[in-house]
Amino acid sequence: MMLYVLVALFGMLGAVCRYLISVLIPNHGFPVATLLINLVGCFLLAVIMKYLARLPKFSPMLITAMGTGFVGSFTTFSTFSVESIQMIEKQWYGFAALYIVISLIGGLLASRLGFYLSDRWMDRKEAPHVH
Amino acid sequence: MFINILLVAVGAVFGVLSRLLLSNWIKRKWPMDFPLATFLINSSGSLLLGLLVGSGADNHIQLLIGTGFMGSYTTFSTFKLENIELHLKQKHTTLFSYLGLSYICGILLAGLGILLGHLYF
Repeated sequence: MMLYVLVALFGMLGAVCRYLISVLIPNHGFPVATLLINLVGCFLLAVIMKYLARLPKFSPMLITAMGTGFVGSFTTFSTFSVESIQMIEKQWYGFAALYIVISLIGGLLASRLGFYLSDRWMDRKEAPHVH
Repeated sequence: MFINILLVAVGAVFGVLSRLLLSNWIKRKWPMDFPLATFLINSSGSLLLGLLVGSGADNHIQLLIGTGFMGSYTTFSTFKLENIELHLKQKHTTLFSYLGLSYICGILLAGLGILLGHLYF
């Protein structure tokens, strides 16, 4: 029960952050806000699941709340899909292709970077200190 | 502004819990390498958000159901995390079918949703 309360709370915060960023960065043709949110979220989720989750001070419940709740709700796929098809409908094919490609490749790279840094940080934590 | 934030927050609570419950249920019912749960959630969410946008619902409904519910129900970060996990496990056929299907279905279903929204609402 506590898990659902935490996930709901963190999910609410994630969505409100997404909304506020979209208000601060209005869409003037190219959906900069969604792209930025999604790329940052990919990196954050990887760090939460691959680094923070291995630290004893973060309980599995808190990790689910932060990962599935906050970052899961902060990033969004449905808005991405609708924005892409709307650009295609307006025949802005170049923008649409750019948006889809940056989200596809950029998202993979952002997530991969999160995995990579998490492993490095873990290695540094586990390695014996040499002076 | 305050009412807008409240609408997004309320929608998000239901969106995030729907994703968590549905995802756990699908993973239990059909366990497989292919991340079926996220795929079905993102595809259905794209269709439903398309419907909402196509229907031309008023701004408050868009914030509650679109930005709040659908925005939180679907997720981009888990999708990419699963991609990288498949890559690290060397399951490249699954990875490419997941990537291709997610983008193609997501964008086409959003288009279909907009069309149906225009026609029927």
